[in-house]
Amino acid sequence: MSSRDAILAAVRANQPAPAPPIPAIPLFERTSRSLIEEFQEALVSMGGKFAPTLDASGLDGLVRSLFPDAAVICSATPELRGTRTLDHSTDPAALADVDVGVVRAAFGVAETGSVWLSEEELQVNALAYLAQHFVVLLDPTRIVGNLHHAYRDARFKTARYAVLVTGPSATADIEGVLIHGAQGVRSLTVAMIPLGHTPEANSPRP
Amino acid sequence: MRVGLFIPCYVDAFFPEVGIATLQLLERLGIEVVYPLDQTCCGQPMANSGCQKDAAGAEALFVANFQEFESIVTPSGSCAHHVREHLDAIPQTPAVEKVRSGTYELVEFLHDIVKVDEFPWAEFPHKVGLHNTCTTLRKLRTASASEIDEPFFSKPLDLLRKVRGIEFVTPTRPDECCGFGGTFSVFEEPVSAKMGYDKVEDHHRAGAQYIVSADMSCLMHQKGCAERLGLDIGFIHIAQVLNGSRG
Amino acid sequence: MKPIDHAEASSHFIEAKAHLEFHDRRLWDLRMKRDRQAHSIPEWEELRNLASAIKEHTLSHLADYLEEFEAKAKSNGAQVRWARDASEHNQIVHDILSAHGAKTLVKSKSMLTEECDMRPFLETRGVKVIETDLGERIQQLDDEPPSHIVVPAVHKLRGDVSDVFARTIGSEPGNNDPRYLAEAMRRDTRPYFLGAEAGMTGANFAIAETGSFVVCTNEGNADLSANVPKLHIACIGIEKIIPKFEHLAVFIRMLSRSALGSPITQYTSHFRAPRSGTELHIVLVDNGRSQRLGMKDFWYSLKCIRCGACMNTCPVYRRSGGLSYGATYSGPIGIIIDPAFDIRKYSNLPYASTLNGSCTNVCPVKINIHDQIYKWRQVMAERNQLPLVKKEAIRIIGKVLSDPRLYRAAISATGLAIERLPRFAIYNWLNPWGRQREVPEPPKQSFRSWYLKNRRRQ
Repeated sequence: MSSRDAILAAVRANQPAPAPPIPAIPLFERTSRSLIEEFQEALVSMGGKFAPTLDASGLDGLVRSLFPDAAVICSATPELRGTRTLDHSTDPAALADVDVGVVRAAFGVAETGSVWLSEEELQVNALAYLAQHFVVLLDPTRIVGNLHHAYRDARFKTARYAVLVTGPSATADIEGVLIHGAQGVRSLTVAMIPLGHTPEANSPRP
Repeated sequence: MRVGLFIPCYVDAFFPEVGIATLQLLERLGIEVVYPLDQTCCGQPMANSGCQKDAAGAEALFVANFQEFESIVTPSGSCAHHVREHLDAIPQTPAVEKVRSGTYELVEFLHDIVKVDEFPWAEFPHKVGLHNTCTTLRKLRTASASEIDEPFFSKPLDLLRKVRGIEFVTPTRPDECCGFGGTFSVFEEPVSAKMGYDKVEDHHRAGAQYIVSADMSCLMHQKGCAERLGLDIGFIHIAQVLNGSRG
Repeated sequence: MKPIDHAEASSHFIEAKAHLEFHDRRLWDLRMKRDRQAHSIPEWEELRNLASAIKEHTLSHLADYLEEFEAKAKSNGAQVRWARDASEHNQIVHDILSAHGAKTLVKSKSMLTEECDMRPFLETRGVKVIETDLGERIQQLDDEPPSHIVVPAVHKLRGDVSDVFARTIGSEPGNNDPRYLAEAMRRDTRPYFLGAEAGMTGANFAIAETGSFVVCTNEGNADLSANVPKLHIACIGIEKIIPKFEHLAVFIRMLSRSALGSPITQYTSHFRAPRSGTELHIVLVDNGRSQRLGMKDFWYSLKCIRCGACMNTCPVYRRSGGLSYGATYSGPIGIIIDPAFDIRKYSNLPYASTLNGSCTNVCPVKINIHDQIYKWRQVMAERNQLPLVKKEAIRIIGKVLSDPRLYRAAISATGLAIERLPRFAIYNWLNPWGRQREVPEPPKQSFRSWYLKNRRRQ
């Protein structure tokens, strides 16, 4: 008998009497607060930052002003060109020297301050982890209330990889001291820029 | 009303004043109190060790002593809980079921059944740290537990607030177990003592002159710790305070 | 082999005052943070009820859900294997690694792999295994098991970590700054992420309707382990299944709030299918779970989502440390799981508890932990697993308490003894009560005597 069959047989033999069916999961809506305000408060408490609004220098100028010493800027969104290109076929390890990664999130979650990303938004999943710093564009009209809303999104069922990112990489494993930039990004900055607000970078890709 | 009075073995042996206060208090409230002379123990020390066979004798004796009563009252949360929830080392006859469902801890009896309005004879002009034992708190549910998202309520506090002059202080960890745990106090002595030390020091830092509780067992352990530490703090059962002890 | 002696281990833990003080304070702080989160969500108790209902329903239909999960995972392009026990799990993992010529494995935290003792198995077969969770890595470098399932090195102070790192990864000896140490670990681990041929994760949840699994971390180390190498192995205990994505919301809302008092982990990652050009291998592991499923009083322990809240609230755990339980799973959940693995080795664990019930109250899936601890004590007594001294003492006490005359004789004898014996005769190694506590003073008369004198009417 294969292990699979042996395990399933043992489970079937030992399963307790059928428990009642699961009740419908409510959405637990809370109507009072502005979603944007709630999102901002949650993200800051999780160690994330907010970028100031765009000025004439645009997205390019914003990223450079936030990270003046950045040598390698790698963008997964056509809204910003950056200094390093990537696409689906880029080897993850090649992103090891990226100073700033830039992406546009599909949506945000107000309850937790999270942004939703998949291989579609990231091009290369490892960009969200190998870059030293991470900038995430988020359309403020694409913020859902809580995780119950988030988990009804159909994209979870089609994405190969989907992540709810909430602030930068963190740890408190050494004597409870909170540290940002454990193994992943040292900082996460959200720029609340509506979709279509920044034109695609004009110059053709090299 | 006529009740059977159950006095736990350690109260009988070491803290008779708690039993006396309980009896006098119930009598002051117009209740006829009967103490069956051949009672010993509810079976908890053996049952809590998992030794059902060794608990059966004491449990059977408990039922034999108390089966004539509609209500049984005891100044011990852990004993009341054991009788109601765990007295199952013996066959569950109608007499056993009657005794089990009719057993009350003193605070819940005063608060829920007698519904006492006042204790005019009581005065306790001291700073009091209230110790809600884990049994009364999480199992008998005589007060709200800090882990649970629920509105605040406290039966012992409702009763004690009717005592003149009493002032309450709150330690930093009011709900944390004090470390008695029955045979735990002996077989896991290092952790038990550390928990007891932490508890009494916490109350002491909060300014408590007395620690008041509905379980003398926890107080016995805390008192032993405080005395070894040389802390100037008194230990008194809620029955004594409600019965008019001045401390 | 001798049973684990929790009390003995705890006495050493308590002697290290600075470590004890930090350990207790840190975990109590996590418990307080957890409370703040729980009290800020009006539906918290409803979420607990839902989580418990989801798990109980799933476990009672587990075989069907496992088959659904496997079918979906395979149609997503993942490979699925099943392991009956720890050694089969380790063999399967090794086979997958060998087939790919993988010599270095980066992994995120997985209690399942600890349970299976996977690392030594792989290392003796020439695979270098790098733990990437900071707490796990500290413990790996110190050749010590993790002490807590969420914060594995919580029993160490910064000086201890500094010593370990100076000894093993060349950091500056005597530099205790946690930021410096974390940066040293970041720099040391990064080349492994970039060069490893394989990455391994566990899973917090596995979703039957999509064949997906979910990994929650704060560091992002699971995402690095899974998204850089071309081979991702995920080891999943069969009890981790939940039916649908919408159910996941209930658990994700409570997991990090219960564990650390934060609304969510920094990274909540959902894996459904391999990245193109890579492979995803799932190993479903039994290792005693199907057996526990059939235990009438103990199957509820399979609801566990490994949040660690029970450990944080347990006053005994905080003052004895996870290592004193001698098992992968420690604290309250450990007490009710471990005896199922080895009843003799863990026969004392159910007594490392005051039955105070705080663990049951904080458990997000409403496992009746303290009730199960009580029931395990009955199992220990029935299966003759109590130490002889204790068994005899209880037998004698039981006899005395079942006979009114024996009882009354014992009371007066004890009273006399305490009154008459000199201090050294009462306070010695035979009397554990008296090591750190005073013994109560015997009164002039027992309650019964008072009652006979003052109330007894003929």
